[in-house]
Amino acid sequence: MKEVTVLIGGKAGDGINSAGAMVAQLLNHSGYRIYLYFDYPSLIRGGHNFAMVRGRETVTGTCGMQVDFVLALDQETVERHRGAWKADTAVVFNKDQVKAPGQGIPVKEILSAEQAPEIMGNSAVIGGFAKAAGIPWTTVEAVFTSHIPKGTGQNLRVARRAYDMLATVHTVLPCDNPPVPLLTGNEAIGLGMINGGLEAYVSYPMTPSSGLLHFLAEEQERLGITVVHPENEIAVILMALGFAGAGKRAAVGTSGGGFCLMAEGLSLAGMAELPIVILVSQRTGPSTGLPTYTGQADLLFVQHAGQGEFPRFIVAPGTTGEAVYWSEAAMHIAWEFQVPAFILSDKTLSEGTYSTDLSLSPKILKSDLSLWDKTVPYHRYADTPSGISPLAFPGTAGAVVKVNSYAHDEAGITTEEAETVNLMAAKRMRKEGRLARAMDLYPQVNLSGNAAGTVALLCWGSTAGVCDEVAGPLGLRVVRPVVLSPFPIEPLKKVLEGAGMVIAVEENATAQLATLAARHGIFCQKKILRYDGRPFTPELLREKIREALS
Amino acid sequence: MNGRQLITDTQNTWCPGCGNFSIQHTLKNVLADREREGQSLDNVVLVSGIGCHAKIADYLNINSFYSLHGRTIPVATGLKLANPGLTVICCAGDGDCYAEGLDHLIFAAKRNIDLTVIVHNNRVYGLTTGQYTPTSPRGFKGKSTPLGTREDPFNPLELMLASGATYVARGYSKKMDLLRRLIREGVGHKGFAFIDVLQICATFFPAADYYSPRVYDLEGHDPADFEAACAKAREWDYNGDAPIALGTFYRKTAPVFGGNVAGRKMSAGDREQAVREVLEKRT
Repeated sequence: MKEVTVLIGGKAGDGINSAGAMVAQLLNHSGYRIYLYFDYPSLIRGGHNFAMVRGRETVTGTCGMQVDFVLALDQETVERHRGAWKADTAVVFNKDQVKAPGQGIPVKEILSAEQAPEIMGNSAVIGGFAKAAGIPWTTVEAVFTSHIPKGTGQNLRVARRAYDMLATVHTVLPCDNPPVPLLTGNEAIGLGMINGGLEAYVSYPMTPSSGLLHFLAEEQERLGITVVHPENEIAVILMALGFAGAGKRAAVGTSGGGFCLMAEGLSLAGMAELPIVILVSQRTGPSTGLPTYTGQADLLFVQHAGQGEFPRFIVAPGTTGEAVYWSEAAMHIAWEFQVPAFILSDKTLSEGTYSTDLSLSPKILKSDLSLWDKTVPYHRYADTPSGISPLAFPGTAGAVVKVNSYAHDEAGITTEEAETVNLMAAKRMRKEGRLARAMDLYPQVNLSGNAAGTVALLCWGSTAGVCDEVAGPLGLRVVRPVVLSPFPIEPLKKVLEGAGMVIAVEENATAQLATLAARHGIFCQKKILRYDGRPFTPELLREKIREALS
Repeated sequence: MNGRQLITDTQNTWCPGCGNFSIQHTLKNVLADREREGQSLDNVVLVSGIGCHAKIADYLNINSFYSLHGRTIPVATGLKLANPGLTVICCAGDGDCYAEGLDHLIFAAKRNIDLTVIVHNNRVYGLTTGQYTPTSPRGFKGKSTPLGTREDPFNPLELMLASGATYVARGYSKKMDLLRRLIREGVGHKGFAFIDVLQICATFFPAADYYSPRVYDLEGHDPADFEAACAKAREWDYNGDAPIALGTFYRKTAPVFGGNVAGRKMSAGDREQAVREVLEKRT
């Protein structure tokens, strides 16, 4: 198995994320499958940022603790990550800023020779890396040409000077894979939403969901959507419900704190039966917590948020491929069943960059929406066997559309009459059973690793990559429900058949998926939990599994 | 759908003498006028908050979105951005719009989104049976302030002028002809139209004896003059004893929010092509 890990570090403001993205593209164009983890503190300038880029011959979604190359833009990169060095780790550094063993690049001298601005300094470091890794110059040229559309020539000349100065240390041999799109989880979610017919995205910035707001705002004209950034998250969800009330497909995105503010709007969506897609990208809590670090502690919150009872759909994709697929599905499900649909992500997935091979995605099942048949008078909440009422929107000739947050009758007029309240509550809850049955046709639970293994890891969301990587060689089964509401009880029981020991692997302190599963009679014997904001590494998980099994 | 019965069969539960009757009657007349003038009511949406005022959503036989307490404006903004062909009217309360949802009111004025907001300002919470609101006078004895409030009310007109509202007016539930003109103007105004309606609460704040001798119609006032509008708005501070001007305080033409955000219609094929382009950029 060919694989390589590159660590690139510097100060906040040094452009570490974009430099990491260029390294990732160099490896992508050398046939590697990529995972990029970006670690940064919650500040604009001065703190230490680093990106870990892992290239592997087969798909990956995690980074190890050891690196083959270090690209140091500051001294701290050298000091802080010594523990990740192997005996033969190749170090490439900016000679103007850093003292280290390895190969230094005279960045200032190169920039002045090319009369290039300071911002092009990272091109020198990337050029130097390419040479140290034995990546052919033609690959460097191809990647710079497609990914640095402005000042390509000058950037290439800067890169070339460093390329010519350095020696090859380890040759990163090319793999046979063709390059594929490298997407962050947030971008993948956005593209899935677009495939699902998204017409408006409404959001207030909050890490780690903001990447989706930035991506859709940047691409709004190309994609033909409306992007709105209102005064707060309360306005966000209510505005999106206004879009839904007018018949437009809308989505919102936030993290835990912003989602707290959305809870009343969520309950309104449940009561008024307004379709909406909600991205909740988890970070370390409680409260402000660790804004730029990861966590999986909001599953039960999302599951239970909002007063009263109403059906909801929750999906937690584990890879960007799944994020594209399920975000599209979530949009269709929200509209078909007129329910809120959640995409539950976290910092690891939302801000991580993954090779995304879309040819592998299963087909989306899409049903026609139930629309008003022009029978007068129109009843927005007509009682039907499925619980799904035909849709009409304001502006439709002949329809008086009455949407209501109060308990209401079929016409949408407020009522406190017990029989009607019962009837309408039963109608709403019928949609849940209908939705659960519809989900039988979807790949709700992912099974990987050794399908016959008697020990199973039970995980969800972004720990998919690390669990898959560790489980394979240890002969373990990996069971990962992707749909979390309605809870896929039978499919989960089925893939756990014959597993004598189930180990929960979660990035929270209380094993929330295990708690949810236990309610349905599915029990975990052991729990491996991490909640310091950092994702599991394969090394750590392997060690914890050994402990659990000993 | 023309010639519709504009009032639903729903039993009306406002108290006898409630100012909401006049506001509903006036709004109904404005809608009937529109219909007579050949504009379909199918394109009108009423968004209400929660409170006594909000029952109007059940009583008027037009499209409605009976929203949450304080949240008329974000819902209305979403409706309008989604379908600029809709005429969106918010009926909000003073507790609703000035307390719970004040942030949205200020931002709607700041954005100049094309909505009409009618605030049923009875200066008391009615449905929760009598507590002070942001516009209750100092010393108001309500159920949550039995010793009298120890804070001054704010002046919603001044606030809206400061926030960038492009149509600012004040009506009174006992002056229905004027109110009809103001609502008509507000609905016709391209941009954010704000109408504060001094409304009698028959049960918890029956202030007709206070208002009626003090109100007067703005005459000889130039609504294009911002400074004059501010001066007139400050004449009565919702607290002390002063003449209370009614009418259009301010009106100006300004770019409307939404022109720069509305998505363009794309075919499924164009969308797929756009997604392919994005994927190519990432490869």
